[in-house]
Parts: sequence; C-alpha cells; structure tokens
Amino acid sequence: MSFWSRITYAFRGDRLNHEIDEEFAAHIEEAIAAGNDPTEVRRTFGSQLHLREQSRDARIAAWLDCLRADLVFGWRQLLKRKITTAAAVLSLSLAIGACTSAFRLIDALFLRPLPVAHADRLNFLAIRVPDGNGVLRTFDQFSYPEFARMRAAAQGQAELIAASFTSRSDLTYATDNEMEKGNVQYVSGWMFPAFELQPALGRLFTADDERTPGAGPYAVVSYNYWTRRFANDPGILGRSVHIGGKMFQIIGVGPKSFTGTEPGTITDIFLPIMMNPNVTRDDTRWLRTLVIVNPGVPIEPLRAKLDAVSLHFETERAKGFVGMSQHNIEMFLRMKILIEPAASGVSRLQNDYRRALVWIGVLVILVLLIACVNVANLMTAQAASRAREMALRVSIGAGRSRLVQLVLVENAMLAFFSAALGALFAWWAAPFVVSRINPPDNPAHLVLPAHWRVLVFDTLLTLAVALFFGLAPALRASSIQPVAALKGGEEPHSKQRSIYALIAAQVAFCFVVLFLAGLFGATFRHLSSQPLGFDAKNLLLLETYTPHGQLPESWSQMADTLRAVPGVNAVAIAGWPLLSPGNSWNGSISINAGPPTDTWGWFLSISPGWLGTMKIQLLEGRDFNSTDSFPGEAIVNQTFVKTFFNGADPMGHTFEKVNPSGRRQLCRVIGVVPDATYSSLHDPILPVAYVPFRQSDENGAINPADGGTFLLRTSGINPLSLAPTLRRLVAKSNPAYRLSNVKTQQELVDNQSIRERLLALLALFFATVALLLAAIGLYGVLNYSVLQREREIGIRIAVGARIGSIARLVTTQILVTVFIGAVAGIALGMASVRYVQTLLFGVKGTDPSMLVVPALVLLAAALFAALPAVLRAARIDPSIMLRAE
Amino acid sequence: MKKTDTMQGSLDLLVLKVLSRQPKLHGYAIMTAIKHISGDVLNAEVGSLYPALHRMEETGWIRAEWAAKDSGRRTRLYQLTAAGKKQLDAEITRWRTVSSAIDRVLQEA
Repeated sequence: MSFWSRITYAFRGDRLNHEIDEEFAAHIEEAIAAGNDPTEVRRTFGSQLHLREQSRDARIAAWLDCLRADLVFGWRQLLKRKITTAAAVLSLSLAIGACTSAFRLIDALFLRPLPVAHADRLNFLAIRVPDGNGVLRTFDQFSYPEFARMRAAAQGQAELIAASFTSRSDLTYATDNEMEKGNVQYVSGWMFPAFELQPALGRLFTADDERTPGAGPYAVVSYNYWTRRFANDPGILGRSVHIGGKMFQIIGVGPKSFTGTEPGTITDIFLPIMMNPNVTRDDTRWLRTLVIVNPGVPIEPLRAKLDAVSLHFETERAKGFVGMSQHNIEMFLRMKILIEPAASGVSRLQNDYRRALVWIGVLVILVLLIACVNVANLMTAQAASRAREMALRVSIGAGRSRLVQLVLVENAMLAFFSAALGALFAWWAAPFVVSRINPPDNPAHLVLPAHWRVLVFDTLLTLAVALFFGLAPALRASSIQPVAALKGGEEPHSKQRSIYALIAAQVAFCFVVLFLAGLFGATFRHLSSQPLGFDAKNLLLLETYTPHGQLPESWSQMADTLRAVPGVNAVAIAGWPLLSPGNSWNGSISINAGPPTDTWGWFLSISPGWLGTMKIQLLEGRDFNSTDSFPGEAIVNQTFVKTFFNGADPMGHTFEKVNPSGRRQLCRVIGVVPDATYSSLHDPILPVAYVPFRQSDENGAINPADGGTFLLRTSGINPLSLAPTLRRLVAKSNPAYRLSNVKTQQELVDNQSIRERLLALLALFFATVALLLAAIGLYGVLNYSVLQREREIGIRIAVGARIGSIARLVTTQILVTVFIGAVAGIALGMASVRYVQTLLFGVKGTDPSMLVVPALVLLAAALFAALPAVLRAARIDPSIMLRAE
Repeated sequence: MKKTDTMQGSLDLLVLKVLSRQPKLHGYAIMTAIKHISGDVLNAEVGSLYPALHRMEETGWIRAEWAAKDSGRRTRLYQLTAAGKKQLDAEITRWRTVSSAIDRVLQEA
C-alpha cells in the first residue's frame, strides 16, 4: 500500500468499495457463527456507508478522488455550455498562442545559450564612442591587428576569438558560371577548440590555422549546410569551393548543433580568419571579438586592460589621421571598450529586433490580459447563475475549499484546452513571423526547437491564466450565503462591482494596444511615403562584379549591350544602388584647401545617364560625360550645397575629399541635383556628392573597376521577368562579368521598412483582436446586467419610463466605466511612449491625433457593443415580464 | 498523518500487540482477542477498529492478505510488518511513560 496504490484506487473506486464490503460481511459472518445475535452484530456496524467512507478515505488518495470527480463534472459543465466554452477557448488560445510565439522568438534570439562549452562565460567586445556631434554610438567591429593585441594582453585571463560578420557571398563548386549564395564566416582557428566542438566529419580548424595570412585555404562547412546542400554526402571532404576569387579545400563538417555565433543567421561555410584579405589592415573593421572569460576572473579589470590596449592602438593610429578634423579625432579617442554578455551569441538581428520584440511581447501580454478579463467576466456571470447550485452544495456540507477546487478545476480545464490550441497556433506563427523578418533573398533562420524552456513557459502561463480568470469566480462561488442564494434574492449591484473594475481594466489595456498599433501604423506609413528623390518603379538592378577588374569603357560597352534588350528604356552604372544597406563611402570635405570638416560628405560613383535613369532632374549645370572622372568632376545635392557651401551657388567651385590618411581629391562642381535618400530611409538626408564611375589613381591612370551595378529602367513590364534573359546575355557577351544579385529598386525601398511593416502588421492584428475581445466583453456584461434587471426595467416601462431613460439606465454605468478605462489607458499610453520612441519614425507619441483616433475607435466599439443590450431592454414587454414572475 | 490522541493511540497499541502474539487474524478475531485478554474490560468498537486497521495498513505497520474460508467467502487476515514491530516497541515505551507519569500524578494527590 503505497502512494501509488492510493492513486490507482482513486480510479478503481468501485473495486475498493467492494473489497471493504466483503471484509465487513466476513466479519458479520464470523460474529454470527460465534453465537452473537445477527441484528445486534449488524447494528454494531452502524451506518455501514459512513464506515465505508472512513475506511475508503484511509486507503485512497482522497484529494485525487475529488479531483477526478471534479474533472468529470467540469467536463460536463463545459460541454453543456458549448458556445461560451468555445468562445473562451478560442480567445484564450489565440492570446496564449501569441504569447508563446513571442516567447519562442525571444527565447531563440536572446535566451537560448549557444550550444558550445562555456557559453555562460561567453561575452563580446563593443566600443562606445561619441560621434562628431557628441552622441554616443556603440559598435562592435574591430580590425584584426587590434584584435591580436588585445588577445595577447588578455592571455591567461580570457580567450579572445575573432569571428567576422557572416556575409552572404557568391561561391561556386564548379565553374564561375554556376554561382550560388552561401553564408560565409571567417573565424579564429582556436574557436572550435575553445568551444570544445567536435567535427561530424573530417577535422575542424585549430590554432595552427591562425599563423600566417593567406596560408591555409581550408573550409569547414556547417552540419546544417552539409545536409541542405550536400544531403550529408561524406564525399564532400577534399572538394574545393571558390569564394571571392580564392579556392578553398573542404576539410570537415561541424557538429550538428552548431550553426554559427549569430542567432538569426546560419553559417554555411567557415573559413580561417587568416584567409580574409583584410586581415593585415589596421584601418578596416570587419570582425567581432568574442571573449571567453576564465573562471574567477573579474570583468572590470579585464575590461580596463583591454580598454587601455585598444586606446593605445587607436592613439598610435590616429597620429596618421591628418585628413580628419581635430575635433573628430578627439571624439574618436574618447572610445571605451565594453564587455557585453553573449551567452546566446551576438547578431545584428538581435540589435534590430530587441526593442521590437519587447513591444510585441507587451502587446501580446495586453491581449492575453484582455482575453483573461473576458473569460473572467464570463465565469463571474456564470458563477452568479450557478449561485443556487453552489448554495445547495454548501447546505449539504461541501467545504469552501472543495467549492474553490470545483470551479478552479473547471477553469484549469479551459486553460489547458486553450494552451493546447495555443501551442498549435504558436507552432505555426513563430516561423511565420521569422519568415517576415529579413529581405526575401536573405531570409532569417532562427532555430526554433520545442525546447523545455518553451514548455515550462507555456505551463506557467497556463497556470497563471487559469488563476487569473478563475480565482475570483471561484472565491465568489465559495463565499456564497446559502440562505440568501436559495431565497433567490441577492443584491445584484454588489456582485457587479468587480465586473466593472475588470471592464475598466480591459478598456484601458485595449486603448494601449490601439494606441501602440496607431503609432506603429503611422510609423510605417510615414516611412513608406518618405520622398525618395528618385523613381523606384520599373528599375532593375544587376549587381555585377569582375574578378580581375574591367576598365570603365568595357563597363559602358556592357551597358550598351543591355540597352539593346527589348523592354529596356535606359541603362546606367553606379558603384552600388541607392538604399542598399551596408554600402557607403564617405570622407571629410575641405573647401578652398581649408581644414577638413567635422561633418562627413557622402559619395556615390555613377556613370553618365545615371541621373536620367533614376529620374533625378538636374537643377543646374550638366550631367557627366564619358571623359569626366574622379577626382575631377562632381555633381552635388542641395544638402551638400547647404552644408559645405553655406547655400551659395557652388557651380564651378571646387572642394576636396580628404581621406583619413591625408590624401586629398579635388572635385569641381559641375551640377546640382535635388536631395535623394542615400543608404537609409531612417536617416536624415545626407550631403551627397555624385562622382564619375570612371576613376583615376594618384598618377592619373584610369582604375579598372571590379564591381558595380547596372540600373535598367524598363517600360511597363515586370522588371524581374527580364532577369533570366539578362543573365544569359551578360554571360554570353563577356564572360569576365558575373551577375551576383538581380533585384529591383523597389525591393530595396521595401526592405528599408521591413521591421516597421512587421510591427505595424502584428500591432494591427493584435489591435483588431483586442478590440473584438473588448467589444464582446462589453456586450456580454451589458447583456447580463439587462437580464438581471429585466424585472426592474419591466416595472419602469409599466409605470411610463421612456426608451431614452431606459437606455440611460442600462448604459450609464458601463459608459462611465469605459470612460474611466480610457482615461487610465491614455495615462498608460503616455507613460509608455517614452520607451517606444526609438521604434517610431516621423511620429510623435504625444501627438493629439495619435490619442484621439484610438479613443474614438474604442468609443465607437463600445457604443456598438451596447446597442443589442439597449434594444433588448427597450423591447421588454412589461405585461409578459410581470406575468412571468 | 493525523495526530494520534491517547484513545486512538491505545487502540493501535492493542491491535499491534495482539497481532504480535498471533499473526494472521481477521478483524473479528482481533476484536474478540482484545475483549478476552482484557477480561471484558476493553472493547474495540467496529466503527473504530476497521478504520484503524486500514489506516495502519496504509502506513505500513500491518499487512493484509485475502484468505478463502470454508463457507466460500473470503476474509482479510492481518499480520505485523517489520515497521509494525518497531512501532509496537515505540508504542509500548510511550504507553509505559505516560501511565507511570499518570500514576505519579495520582500518588501525589
């Protein structure tokens, strides 16, 4: 007889009863056989039923027995009210599912540790530095020489690992004409040993792979990529892959669990850091520094040490910054090294979506609260209608705790079903959201396993939800006064106070959701209606490179070839397209040989005809011709004129682009164009100088260009439909040219607002759900209160009350409640707007229209929800009503 | 486990003692044994005996098994377990302490 047997007995109660009865019968038989009076013997057993209960309690887990009974009863109750149950389960499962999805994303991006050894001691280095205007900026790019010095300094206290930013690169396993894309990451040789990772096949890099720049042309592919691209073919070892003009030999496959150090991106191919062409340069920041701090080493002294090393390195380097303004150098040397935790890895996606995800989390929690309030109200109304049942239970001796359990079990079942449905919803929704995060040609990959943390979160959430909406009705049911309830005369008003409080809370939450949705929606609208300064429609972009470089004349021949394609109206060349992230070119400006300015000027190389192709009108001067070159000529935008020429007419004047090394490149302004966006829609318009694609070196010799973008203005047809033709055409007419990416300018524009669109979309969805739930909640409560007051209303109508006064009677309280809720919501919204501001664009949270619109929507929804109840009240026929009593 | 008061505690003691003398007794036999040995002074009521038996069985002090009788009926036979023997010793010590203490109190008066 153990705990276990008691549990099994709980489910085999009949057998237990039978056994106890059998034992008693044997006893009676013995007693009679011993010569006792049968009646007397039987009497000693008294109430056999009672005795049986007592014995039964000893041998059975009584609580479990009750639980079983409650489960069965609760199940019947839920089935009895199918519609209410369905409504409750549906709204709760939507809310729980949304919460779980949000948690899955947050978990995958920020919480789950990398599957490597010592993840708990893994950090990364960041640099905080004031920009020219003194605004603090944080970045985490380092050059390799600086990394190497810091690593040497930290020896014994921490292991520093260099890992480049994963980049989507062109690569091929065969000929150059069969290019494909892969995520390539250069990593330190000792990264795999330090993470204690074992190869699935072949070998991984070791410290030996990080000795001589360019010496080890080896590649390790990730397990994920091996499966996706090679179907786990063991023959991959020894194959070679061409990346960026170099050939690498594949020596191993990484472990199954490891997908790189950047959550959101799965690294396909790891290359030794020594193979990166920038590894010897101290002026190019291209890698992240990961730090595994040794156990027991305090962070701050280590940070100070790295800080000193880095500052010394940069100070030495800054001595060569003759082309940088003194102010900017000063600001730059105020840099400070930070050690930030990176247990779950570090990626750009984390940075871009940290706040956005937090706010999505806030939205879903608010929606969950609203759904909970709805169900709580539903339950409270139901508890009231079950008052008689509860009263009866109390009068025949049910304990208060038993009643609480009864109601809680029923609610827990509701919550459980909702959680199960919600989990299904989350299973679909989380990957769906991930698929919307990045541009389609470089999708985000978040590994979203059904992890125990998600399971625990779900369970806790379900319990919390069940308690939240179930406890109040349960306590109410248990505190029932049988006398009052059975008499049928309970005072309805006291009962409703908590309902109204809940409604007010619901309205407040709903307002906040609407308010935030309004802000995100307006942000997206502003961003996507931002004037571009050029025409993005029907513009196809061919990102092209020539491994050995081609002279500008050859590039314009290729442009001529493309121009002959039917459907193409105009073709031009640029260094890269406008609004392509990650591409920018800047330098200090010097006017009249003066000192370099604090403000950067921004540059883009363009071919003659680029302005026409982009539909940018010249305000003054002329377009480039085929003999113009850089240094030499420049066309500037209006902001450039304002910034560097104080708005004076710059035509014919010159400026110099000053490089940090002090090299000056002289340009004469030959044209002025209106402002256009440069690399980001979020930034204010930058001072931009367009310079010729034809560029010469210090000796005046024309440089071959190894990369550029052809821009094709098409007429009326979908530009992308030309892509296959153009690929074939380029490969055929000059094999030296390789098409890397083919996309439209419109895609680049859309990609600028991808996060804002996602936020607006999700917020709008949640706002709709929240409004719907709140309206249903209002409707339910109003309807319920009319039902309860039918008699009173009937009498009022009988004695001559008008429709208006009846409507007032029914709605006054609820409208006051809505008003109070809305005021609370406005206060909450105003309090939250400070934290959301960084996600907004062109919208002020304090803008009255941002407050008025949600308030009106809410009011309209409230009125709409109140209508059926008012109609119902007005239609009450006193003669029927009173006769029924 | 509920707190055992003196009455219940002494019933446990008596049952355990009876079973320690003779194993494998059914409820009725235990009841009559208590009655006989105490010279008709102590009387275990059916209403408290069976719950006590089931409770002690649950605690693991006694063990029960079904046995067929000549009449064809089954009867439940109880016997001590090792834990029950230990418990008996403990109960006896406790009883001795309590009764001698009560004796002392009575002699004082």
